[in-house]
Amino acid sequence: MVEQLEKAIDFQPVAEVKHLDFYYSGFHAIKNVNFDIPEKKVTALIGPSGCGKTTLLRCFNRMHDLYPGNRYQGGILVNGVNILAKEVDPIEVRMRISMVFQKPNPFPKSIFENVAYGLRIRGENSRTVLDEKVEDALKSAALWEEAKDRLNQSAYDLSGGQQQRLCIARALVTEPEIVLFDEPTSALDPIATNSIEELMSGLKQKVTILIVTHSMQQAARFSDYTAFMYMGELIEFDKTETIFSQPAQKRTQDYLSGRIG
Amino acid sequence: MTQQVFSSVSTKKLSPKLIRNLKEKAIEIVLFIAASTSVATTLAIMFILLEECWFFFQEVSIFKFLTDTEWTPLFANPRYGILPLLSGTIVTSAIALFVAIPCGTIAAIYLSEFADSKLREIVKPFLELLAAIPTVVYGYFALLFVTPFLQKIFPELPGFNMLSAGLVMGLMITPFVSSLSEDAMRAVPALLREGSTAMGATKLQTALRVVFPSAISGISSSYILGASRAVGETMIVAVAAGLQPNLTLNPFSQGATITAFIVQVSLGDVARGTIEYQTIFAAGLTLVLMTLVLNIIGYYLAKRFREIY
Amino acid sequence: MQNLVEIRRNIKQRQLFNNIFALVGLFIILVAILILLALTLRMFIDGAPRLNWGFFSNFPSRRAENAGILSAWIGTTLVMLVTAVAAVPVGVASGIYLEEYAKKNWLADLIEINVTNLAGVPSIIYGLLALGLFVYDWSLGESVLTAGLTLALLILPVVIVTTREAIRAIPNSLREAAYAMGATKWQVVQDHLLPYSFGSILTGVIIGLSRAIGETAPVITIGALTFIAFLPDSPIKSEFPFISFEWLKAPFTVMPIQMFNWVSRPQADFQVNAAAAGAVLIFMTLGMNAVAIYLRYQLRKGIKW
Repeated sequence: MVEQLEKAIDFQPVAEVKHLDFYYSGFHAIKNVNFDIPEKKVTALIGPSGCGKTTLLRCFNRMHDLYPGNRYQGGILVNGVNILAKEVDPIEVRMRISMVFQKPNPFPKSIFENVAYGLRIRGENSRTVLDEKVEDALKSAALWEEAKDRLNQSAYDLSGGQQQRLCIARALVTEPEIVLFDEPTSALDPIATNSIEELMSGLKQKVTILIVTHSMQQAARFSDYTAFMYMGELIEFDKTETIFSQPAQKRTQDYLSGRIG
Repeated sequence: MTQQVFSSVSTKKLSPKLIRNLKEKAIEIVLFIAASTSVATTLAIMFILLEECWFFFQEVSIFKFLTDTEWTPLFANPRYGILPLLSGTIVTSAIALFVAIPCGTIAAIYLSEFADSKLREIVKPFLELLAAIPTVVYGYFALLFVTPFLQKIFPELPGFNMLSAGLVMGLMITPFVSSLSEDAMRAVPALLREGSTAMGATKLQTALRVVFPSAISGISSSYILGASRAVGETMIVAVAAGLQPNLTLNPFSQGATITAFIVQVSLGDVARGTIEYQTIFAAGLTLVLMTLVLNIIGYYLAKRFREIY
Repeated sequence: MQNLVEIRRNIKQRQLFNNIFALVGLFIILVAILILLALTLRMFIDGAPRLNWGFFSNFPSRRAENAGILSAWIGTTLVMLVTAVAAVPVGVASGIYLEEYAKKNWLADLIEINVTNLAGVPSIIYGLLALGLFVYDWSLGESVLTAGLTLALLILPVVIVTTREAIRAIPNSLREAAYAMGATKWQVVQDHLLPYSFGSILTGVIIGLSRAIGETAPVITIGALTFIAFLPDSPIKSEFPFISFEWLKAPFTVMPIQMFNWVSRPQADFQVNAAAAGAVLIFMTLGMNAVAIYLRYQLRKGIKW
């Protein structure tokens, strides 16, 4: 089924955000945002808390559909298709664009079953296929060496950093085009943070990464592009070096120098 | 750029999306039907009770039903006054609440404000077990243990009496009152307690002057729940209070409650369509209306004293 | 500093009240627990002369020392089977619907208020419902099936409420993780919410069934017999199709009714039987509750999310 969709849709790993507005009931959380997500690069979303960066990220896999009262306007075009359109099935979107959350949230199942879950709900039950893909995903998430001898143990026996890498493996196993990261290291200690960051820089050869981070150092360290958001608006989007060395906007400058946020 | 929509691609094939959505919808409908069972139960209860009462009140006038002081539907010369059954229900429930409300409240205050968590962890399961004992067992206890004991103090007490039934019913209801009241008191924020303690209040003063009033909404609904349990309790009174309808408020005499009467009639063989059959539904409707009134009072008390922390 | 003396006296007095109250509270709780123990003990002591193998393998009899609870405990087992089969799927499904599917509208509110109110309806009213609806309107008769369905309706609110609480306790981050993988709502329920809440739901089901086992009033109302000297048809047959559902239509008696019957006889001999039946009943319900309490304790310890 995965292959079928892939061939049929011919999903190019690039997304264009066009005139995107988003409302929580009456609250206008995202205001006319426009930018393109480059292919196989790391794009960071930064900004003070409450600026709408996580809200924007969650538009990409239609997570807002889960709760009543949310409304999108405008679009996110993926291969020319507006994935926010009513006719587009949010479940298909989530099958192509996966997500890693702020706090590690493995399922209370075995390590193996956590990673295999995405394949299982796509109807994949062949043990050889599952074994092979789970191994690949755990390798991509740099967890294979630590986990290979305890695949049947509970995911909760892993440390926090390992759990987050497990969640990354879970997000990678279905070979998505885009992986969304929502402050993936905010609940981790510096050593675990470091290993996750290394992992993410390595991943961009394979997938497009969109990451929300509250740490400017993190954005500067390994993202290729950075988008700065403030009060629901996209203030500036550019190459990361440009944003951090010579931002075009005053508000970006103020944020980077610690005057707002 | 092709204006190609995800789903339009899959509809060309056997549309896995369509099948999936149909399956999801079907599951939702099945779950909804299950959830509707409870509403159907309520409607069915009201329908069955009203239907039989309709027939009953064609034979017996409502005025007679509410004012006649004799309840003798099984006699040759039947009379249908609900008052003796009401008095039995009210006396036994009042005794039960007289035991359960003070004991339940004190136990709840103790568990919530005084006991350390270790003691609470041990005691609460025991109280739960007390609430889990079948009521017919409590009935045995009232008839063969409490009544003989009371007869030592009051030698003139008959073998069946409302006092013993009411006391044992109170014991049965105490855990309900204490557990719900304790939940309400533990929900009071610690800040309020600290405020009182910082003024130099003792634990008891804090409990009575700060925690209890703040939790009054939950506590009062625990009382109401206790009362509606007492009114609806059947086996203790059927076993220990006798089955003789008796218009009296004297707890030392025997008497029948609404529930005990229903049991008494059901033990015999009554065919549908007879007036005997209809009497138990009339009694049942009275019982439902009593619990309904209690629930409405409870609802207003909860609303009146809604906690705003 | 005479003021200080006054303050000290005041504190002493207040502390005294405080301590007296604590003693009273502890006393009440201890008395309640003591009564529980005394009651249980008393039942077992009174019933001891009858608590032997014959008591479990004999039918009721006119002679107290020969009377047993065979038809009662088999009746209770069969009725509980029907109750569980009916109440668990419907209750769990309702809980899932109300917690995960229902939109916040008047219909959901109505169902919710209704479940709360049903929990407060006296059990004997369920008996009247069953008498009118199951026994007569649906012609199910005074049978195992009728009793099982009646008790199922009675414990439905318990199952619904525990299911809802168990599902609500699962953190939202796990739901989001599953949805983000492309799971449908039912896949989230089936693969995650149900397995993770299984233990808590099981606890609620056990508590509900233990309540149903002891229920007497509604079963009397639908006309359970108090004297039954035969067993329902066996559910397993030696010839094809090997399974029979005839037992569902059989007249029956259950443990609490057997006990009630013996309690209400004037002869002291039968009261020994009543005590023995009471001891078995207490053993059943307390046993089930102890299992549930233990299970809940273990679950609380095991939760890591």
